[in-house]
Amino acid sequence: MSWFSHYNYWIVIFLMMIGLYIVICRDNLARKVIGLNVFQTSVFVLFISIGAVRGATAPILAEGFTEYANPLPHVLILTAIVVGVATTSLALALIVRINEAYGTIDENQIQAKDGDG
Amino acid sequence: MEHIAILQVVIPLVLAPLCLVIPRYAWLIAFFGSLAALCCAIVILLAVLGVGDIFYVLGGWAPPWGISLHIDPLGGYILLLVTLVATLVVVWAHDSVSSEIQEDQINLFWCMFLLCLTGSLGIVATGDAFNVFVFLEIASLSTYSLIALGRDRRALMASFQYLVMGTVGATFILISIGLLYMMTGTLNMVDLASSLPELRDTTTVQAAFAFLTVGVSLKIALFPLHQWLPNAYTYAPSTVTVFLAATSTKISLYVLLRFFYTVFGSGYAFDDLNVDYILLPLSILAIFVSSMIAVFQKDLKKILAYSSVAQIGYMTLGVALANSQGLTAAIVHMFNHGLIKGGLFLAVGGLCFRIGSTSLSDLRGAGRTMPWTMGAIVLGGCALIGVPLTAGFVSKWYLIVAALEKDMWYVALAILAASIIAATYVWRIVETLYFQEGDSAGREVPVYMLLPTWLLIAMLVWLGIDTDLTIGIAERAAQSLVSP
Repeated sequence: MSWFSHYNYWIVIFLMMIGLYIVICRDNLARKVIGLNVFQTSVFVLFISIGAVRGATAPILAEGFTEYANPLPHVLILTAIVVGVATTSLALALIVRINEAYGTIDENQIQAKDGDG
Repeated sequence: MEHIAILQVVIPLVLAPLCLVIPRYAWLIAFFGSLAALCCAIVILLAVLGVGDIFYVLGGWAPPWGISLHIDPLGGYILLLVTLVATLVVVWAHDSVSSEIQEDQINLFWCMFLLCLTGSLGIVATGDAFNVFVFLEIASLSTYSLIALGRDRRALMASFQYLVMGTVGATFILISIGLLYMMTGTLNMVDLASSLPELRDTTTVQAAFAFLTVGVSLKIALFPLHQWLPNAYTYAPSTVTVFLAATSTKISLYVLLRFFYTVFGSGYAFDDLNVDYILLPLSILAIFVSSMIAVFQKDLKKILAYSSVAQIGYMTLGVALANSQGLTAAIVHMFNHGLIKGGLFLAVGGLCFRIGSTSLSDLRGAGRTMPWTMGAIVLGGCALIGVPLTAGFVSKWYLIVAALEKDMWYVALAILAASIIAATYVWRIVETLYFQEGDSAGREVPVYMLLPTWLLIAMLVWLGIDTDLTIGIAERAAQSLVSP
């Protein structure tokens, strides 16, 4: 097994780290949400990779197919995507309200305005 | 009767959208929802203690393929705590919510509250790892929006911060579940437990364990992952603060125990991976640092919020001692602290209701105009310190015994020393509210707000004197965790 035979997992790790970095290091709240999305997407890719078998098809009985892939991880990730959409929309709604209340969506400026840095 | 395990999750879930359809009776619907869940929880706990664990198969699909619910003594105990606090909060909150939430949003508030209850009960009841994640997100998403309803604009930022940290935590849990599924091909907790022992030395399972521990610790607000908690508790509407403070962190700790003991097996976390080497110092740091921060806060809600972080330290300390006595202490403290913080925040919510602020400088002399509310705060504070004859003493006693049993006298000393710091911040509250001259214009809160508060406070005293009930159940719960 060479280092790159499972390159999808490398992509997962790469995306995960990028996402977490954006969440932690960006002050702009909208960018934080984008980072959160990238982070969540990396987990979606992880789950989809788990369910994939090279050369296999969906588990529908038909002639000529002998190998079937487990569809459960994909179903699970469908749920997780819905959760992700809900989280993102709630976060964006909060950002809109924050913008109305503070006139900015920069974390440092918000903290400065509240005076409790 | 056999459907009771799922009923207590389904009733609040079905009633939640009803709040949108019949806005006038939203409060009544929320009340009946939580009361029904409380009745279910009592029946479930009695059944679990009498007959044994409840297994319920959803839709007749046999596990490990179908989703099953599994309630053991610990689960029943936590269900009772959650539903009891929820019911009392709803009774208490009728006027408080009207005063803090815009009128056209009150029915939405109760809808969210019921969804939050659904999620919380679901997390505890389920026996399926992925289901934990789904219910966790139901509870979390409704919590974020409830916090954002606070009057102060800082509530928005508190909610956003919690959303970011909570989502990262929940996604970590999801990664862990994915890795476990990758290795075992199952999501059922009992099934996972039977296939994990032979895989325990693989890196994948170890990574799954690490992701899970960190993810759940974020939701527990284990020091130093607690940054979301103080602001969320402080700026949320009073009703939400009570419910959160009394239940949410305990439910997350329940998830941790469930995975540590039921899924990975009791030896894995502490003998193989030595999690206690990290958990123990962090717990002691949590107790000391957060208590010290609490002493210097100027807002009553914030003092209690930081004290919550410290008290969570006591619970994880019990877990980290990794003996059955420590586990018993942790479980008892989960229940006791739920009641203590529930009672205290109800009383503080009363102050907020009458005076409109929880800043210490606005509350000077409030003890003279609101004697009953203040009495509750003093007694609750005593329980927080761990004064004998209160519930707080019982849990700390067991914790110290557990520490001494492991020859960790320094841990026992630390627990005693931290009690002094707790006494300092409680005294600061008492001093401000009783002895400082002030022009606080509050008057006593109505009876139906006092009753739930004093019911919780009275339970603290009762459970401090008659310990058979709480300790008895906690010992059963600890036993069933260690040797299922």
